[in-house]
Amino acid sequence: MANQPGSEFTRRQLLQRAAALAVLAGPAAGVLSACAGGGGGSAGTTGTKSATNPLAVAEEAPLDVVIFDGGFGVDYAKYDINLYKKAFPKANAAFSATQKISDQLQPRFANGTPPDVIDDSGANQIKPGTLVDSNALTDLSPLLEAPSYDDPNVKVKDTLLPNVLDVGTYNGKVYLLNYGYTVYGIWYNAKVFREHNWTPPKTWAEFKTLAPQIKAAGIAPWAHAGKYPYYMGVPIMDWVGKVGGKQVLIDIDNLKPNAWRVDAVKASLNAVLELVHNGWMLPGTEGMTHTESQQAFLDGKAAFLPCGSWLENEMRKTTPAGTELTVLPMPDLTASDKMPYGTLRAEAGEPFIVPAKAKNVAGGLEFLRIMLSKDAAKNFAQATSSLSIVKGSADSVTGSTGLASVNKVNTAAGDNLLAYRSVTDWYPTMINEWEAATGELMAGRFTADQWIDKVQAAADKVAADSSIAKFHRDK
Amino acid sequence: MRFRRLPFIAGFLIVPVVLYVIYVVSPFVQTVFYSFTDWGGFSDTQNFIGISNYTRLFQDDIFLGAVVHNAFLLVLMPVVTILLALFLAFMLNVGGREDSAGIRGVRGSSVYKVVLFFPQVLSVAIIVILFQSVFRTDGRGLLNAFLMALGLVDPNKPVQWFNSPDLVMWCLLAVMVWSGVGFYMVLFSAAMQSIPKEIYEAALLDGASRGPTFFRITLPLLWENISVAWVYLGFIALDGFALVTGLTPDTGGGGPDHASELISNVLYRAAFTQGKFGLACAMGVALAVFSLLLAIVQLRITRRDRIEF
Repeated sequence: MANQPGSEFTRRQLLQRAAALAVLAGPAAGVLSACAGGGGGSAGTTGTKSATNPLAVAEEAPLDVVIFDGGFGVDYAKYDINLYKKAFPKANAAFSATQKISDQLQPRFANGTPPDVIDDSGANQIKPGTLVDSNALTDLSPLLEAPSYDDPNVKVKDTLLPNVLDVGTYNGKVYLLNYGYTVYGIWYNAKVFREHNWTPPKTWAEFKTLAPQIKAAGIAPWAHAGKYPYYMGVPIMDWVGKVGGKQVLIDIDNLKPNAWRVDAVKASLNAVLELVHNGWMLPGTEGMTHTESQQAFLDGKAAFLPCGSWLENEMRKTTPAGTELTVLPMPDLTASDKMPYGTLRAEAGEPFIVPAKAKNVAGGLEFLRIMLSKDAAKNFAQATSSLSIVKGSADSVTGSTGLASVNKVNTAAGDNLLAYRSVTDWYPTMINEWEAATGELMAGRFTADQWIDKVQAAADKVAADSSIAKFHRDK
Repeated sequence: MRFRRLPFIAGFLIVPVVLYVIYVVSPFVQTVFYSFTDWGGFSDTQNFIGISNYTRLFQDDIFLGAVVHNAFLLVLMPVVTILLALFLAFMLNVGGREDSAGIRGVRGSSVYKVVLFFPQVLSVAIIVILFQSVFRTDGRGLLNAFLMALGLVDPNKPVQWFNSPDLVMWCLLAVMVWSGVGFYMVLFSAAMQSIPKEIYEAALLDGASRGPTFFRITLPLLWENISVAWVYLGFIALDGFALVTGLTPDTGGGGPDHASELISNVLYRAAFTQGKFGLACAMGVALAVFSLLLAIVQLRITRRDRIEF
C-alpha cells in the first residue's frame, strides 16, 4: 500500500519521526539543560565567637568540601577533614572528590547552593576570573586576619610564604587561597646525568653544547606534552620574564598594546625553535599527552622535561626505582638577561575558594584555617611531595629528591620570582589562542613572528571586548 | 469507535507528554531565553542584551570554522558509514554464491558479524582510549609502529595524526565510521533477512549476478532503513563532542590550531571555561536549528513510495 495523498501518515512514519526527534532532543537537551539556572541564596549560618573559634563557626553546621582529585590526590584532604571533625565533633563534615569541578559545580553555583569549600583546580577548573566577575566568592580577609591555628598571637597571614597571596588577589581583594606552592622548571634525572658525566646546563650555550652529546648517547634531549601546549609555557614564559624582566610579564598581564611584540618574547621563542629545528625533540612528543611524555622521560627516553613541581607525586606509581628527579631553573638565555641565574617561576597554585553563597561560610573559612596549621601543612608535604604555602612545611620531610631540589632552588631564588596571570587565570580566551599558537610552533609549523601575531591578536581581542572584565596588577 | 478511542489514547499519552514538556521542551525554552542575555553561568542574575550573542556568533571565526568541520562530517560520515554497512550486510547475508543452495552469506559470516558489531558495545570513553593508543604520535602508537615496520615512516618523523591540521578531521571521520558501521550493518542485515527468499531465488534463476541483485532488489527494499540510518548518523555527525575532547590536542580539544573544533566543543568552552553561558546558549539554539533542518531535509530527500511484501 503506497501512501495516498492527503491520508493520515502511517504508524511507521509516525514512529520514525518520533524516533528521529528523540535522537535530536537527546544530546541537544543534555547540552542545553546545563544552561538552565535558578534562584535563591543563603546568608550562611554562624555560631559564637571565642578564642578557639575566632571565625564563629556554628558547631553543628554541616561542612561540604569538594576536592579536585589530581596531581596531589585526596589523602591530604581526608587528613584535614579529620582535623575539622576533631574540632567540631557535632558537625557533619564530609568531602567529595572529582576531576570535573566545573561540570559538577556550575549548576550548584547557578542554583545558589554551592559547597562551602572548593579546591578549584585541574583542566576542568572554573576559571577564577569568571567567578570573581560574577561576585560568587567570599573575601578571605577574615581568615587572613584571624589568629593562626597553632599560635593565637600570630595572624594566619603571617604564617605564609612571601607573596603567595598575590595570585589570589583580584583588584585588591584576596578571593583565592592557593594552597600548594608550585615551582616550575625543567626536570632531569640526576642519576642518568652522573652516569654519563653530564653537567646540568646553566646557560643556553651550555645546553646547546650538551644536547648533541645527549643525542649521541641515544637519548632525546627534550620531551614535552605536545597535546597540551600549556606545559611549554614553562620555558617560553619563564624565558620571557628572565630575559626581559618582570615588567614584560606585568605589561602582558595588563594587556598593554603590543606587549607581546618585545625582544624578550622573540628571543625566547627562537630559542625554543632551536630545540625543534635541531632535532632535539623526542620523536612524536609534539602529539603526546602529559602522562605519555612524562613516562617517556622517566623511562630514560628524554633528558629534559618542562613541568611543575607536582611531577614527582603525579608519576610516583610508575617512576622506575633509583630515579633522582631534580628540578633546574631555566638556563640563562643571553649574557644580558635582566634576571640572574636561578630566577624561578614559582607561585602558589591549587586555589581553594569559599563561595559567597555557601551555607556554612564560617565553617569553610575555618577549614582553610585548619589547612594552614603546621600539622596539616606538614602532612600535605609528606603526602604529596610538594610544598604548601605555609612557611617551613617541608623542612622535616626527607627521602624525596624532587621535593628537596624544589626546596633548594626556591630558597636560592629568593625574591627573583616570576609570575604571569593573564594567559593562565584572568582571560580564558587567551589560553586557547596561546595554546593553539604554541602547538603550531612546537610542531614546526609556525615561526616566532607568526606566534607573536596570533597571541597579540588574541590579547587585542580581549582588550577590545567590553563583555570581559579586566584585571590589573602592578607587581 | 473513533469517539471512544480518543480518550483512551490521550490517557496513555498524558504522562509522557508532561514529562517531555518538563524535561525536553522547557530546557529548550530556557535556552532560547538565556541566549538573549549576558548570563555568565555562576550567578542567578543576568541582563537582557537582545540578539548581540547571535551577531557575535556569526563574526566568530572559530565558531564558523566549527560549522565547516561539522558540515564535513555531516556530508562524509553518513555516506561512508552507510555504504560500508550496506556492503558488509550484503556480503554477510546474500553475498555468498559458491554452492547451489542459493541465498547465503560469505563463508564465516557469523564470525564477521560479531567482530563488526563489537565496537557498538564499547562506550565512547573506551573508544577514545583505544584510539589514543592507535594514533599515538610516537613509535609506540599502533599505526606508527606498523608503518615504521613496513619502512613507510621515518622513526624520527612519526606521523602526527590528530596533531596534524591536514589529517585530524580524517582521523576523526575514521573513528566515527569505525564505531558506527557495525550497528548499521546489523540493522541492514535484519532488514535484508526480512526480504522473502523467493525474490532472490527468482533473480538467481534469471541469471542475475551480485551487482544487479543488490541494486535492483536489495537497495530498493532497504530504502526506509537507509533513510532512518541517514538521519541518525547526521545527528551523530553534528555532535562528536566526546571524540574531539578526548582525542584532539589543546586543552578541551579542537586543535591543532582549531583544526578540529566542532560546534559542541566551542559551545562547551564558551560556557564552562569562558563563563559566557548566554553566548553558549545562542550556539545551542543554532545547533538545534541545524539539527531540525537536517531532519526535515533528509526525510524529504529520501522519501520514496513504500514497497510492501
